[in-house]
Amino acid sequence: MENILVLTHVDESGVLSRASLESVAAGVELSSALSAKLSIGVVAVDAAAVAAQLAGLNACVLAATSPELAEPRFSSDAAACEALCRTAAPSIVLAPGSSRFTRVLPAVAHRLGGVTDTHITLLTGGAQAEATRWFYRQRVEAVITRTARPWFLLLDAGTRTAYAGSGAAPTVEAVALTLPALRTKVLGIKAPKQDEQTIRPDAKLLFVAGAGWTKKQADGQVHATDAEALILGFLRNADASLGSSKSLVDQSGENQSVLNFMTHLNQIGQTGSTPRHAKGLSTCCHGEEPHVVGWRFVNERRAINLDANCGWARGKADVVYIADAFAVMERVNALLAEKK
Amino acid sequence: MANVFHIVVCSGIVPDPLQTLEPAAGPTLKNEMMLPAVLDPWAASALYEGAALVAKHPGSKLWLVSLGPKAKLQQVMMTVGQKVPFELVAVDGPLGGFTDATSTANALAEAVAAIPGLDRAKLLLFGGWESASRGAGVTLQLVGELLGIGDQFQGVDEITVAEDGSFQVLERIEGGRHQQSQCVGAPAVLGWATGSLPEPRNSPQVGMANMRAIMPALQKAKSIKLDANGLTYASVSLPKQQRETRLVRDLAPDEIAREIVQWMAE
Repeated sequence: MENILVLTHVDESGVLSRASLESVAAGVELSSALSAKLSIGVVAVDAAAVAAQLAGLNACVLAATSPELAEPRFSSDAAACEALCRTAAPSIVLAPGSSRFTRVLPAVAHRLGGVTDTHITLLTGGAQAEATRWFYRQRVEAVITRTARPWFLLLDAGTRTAYAGSGAAPTVEAVALTLPALRTKVLGIKAPKQDEQTIRPDAKLLFVAGAGWTKKQADGQVHATDAEALILGFLRNADASLGSSKSLVDQSGENQSVLNFMTHLNQIGQTGSTPRHAKGLSTCCHGEEPHVVGWRFVNERRAINLDANCGWARGKADVVYIADAFAVMERVNALLAEKK
Repeated sequence: MANVFHIVVCSGIVPDPLQTLEPAAGPTLKNEMMLPAVLDPWAASALYEGAALVAKHPGSKLWLVSLGPKAKLQQVMMTVGQKVPFELVAVDGPLGGFTDATSTANALAEAVAAIPGLDRAKLLLFGGWESASRGAGVTLQLVGELLGIGDQFQGVDEITVAEDGSFQVLERIEGGRHQQSQCVGAPAVLGWATGSLPEPRNSPQVGMANMRAIMPALQKAKSIKLDANGLTYASVSLPKQQRETRLVRDLAPDEIAREIVQWMAE
């Protein structure tokens, strides 16, 4: 019989992160499908605050706590996760694919003689657990299973509903934790100022700007300043998240006209991110395959492009407007401003 | 005191991103050996960042450890060898994202441990945060564990070395932000994201110097087989989704804007 442990961690506000609660929900489903024992492991400074979030759960809740776990760090997080795993002795470990856990869990699995698979988008349990994930940056999808145990599975955020139980909060059992000598000190978070933040993972809409915004327009001139104003205006009015093609963010290193707020963090695609948004609007981007693979989890897609033969027109978008994005976005911004 | 680093970059090779990929039995990619290959993009960032660090710290050394079929490695090194000076450590093994990360890590760790003259106390183990093939972010972390390195950083975009040998690292976290950490010094593992350096221009001089060592390194590359480690593929397929694209021509910007705003509100 399988023995499932779900590893969770708190976010910056001290409660279990949404991705952690999604993993808890996955653990409940999988333990039911496999008739397996379920345990929850919590990595936190103080686990008392999180017990209420696990209300109604029929599972043993273990916690590794220390002031040193206030910030994510490889050595302390790995020690905490290892302690939880050694106590629960699981055959399957589920965890959120957060930056905190992706940094440590493959190493923890190795310490326990186990194996790890990450970016799991679907888990099913029949005769055995099977996991779905993508290869070649979202271009090939595979269903895998493993005989090696413990099997660590890191689940992509946003792929399932978060656990929301009611009833009595479970008892939390503390796990003994010995931290190694800490050679790394976390100094803090570097983030753009609130009004300059262009990456919004929870936004309904992803707005992608391609290199066309900084190319010569119909009058033979480059209008990068106008482009910046239009794009930032749209992001403010629509509360959208900003993505970019590789070619646009690379321009900053090539001394070409650039959009100053754009960084490699905005890059979507083969060498960038694969965000999850309900809708996506692409502008001045040709829709080449290395970029479009980053749109795998964007459901409704529209594009504005002057070229009717661009990649988006070849079955990659639902609607392609053959038009000048400068003109269209100016009017879109006006309409959104009226609505506000 | 001058800081000297021994930087080892682990990198695989992957199909050129512009190639069409089709899975085949194995699983593998159809015509995989025929597809043009490139150095894994994020690992390439690690190589360029490593070279920049070596240039700033005299006495430091840069190795590139790469696992792949000899013939493909040779093809890729013809280009990569012109970018920055490094010493190649080649491991002759299978290509592709469907291999097991643990087996790959074992082979890489063995190759790193066997590098003559490598000082583990000065070791910065670099690589891509995730590959463009398996894309799991597992291999480099395991190599670090196998080499007994206790400090790891993933999704790195910047390293700044202080005079005392300590360094600050910026790691990508959720929401387009970075976590800033300070480590007392080597050894450490850094899985790079994009970094901040552009791809260096090809330099024939660098290419000539590298090639003198690359060809012998390829000739003496150890051949290995990778264990599946209990990994089974129940199915491997391409996504089926092909959209029925509606092309909208000859619509005024005002009308397009109205349609987009309405769609956004739905």
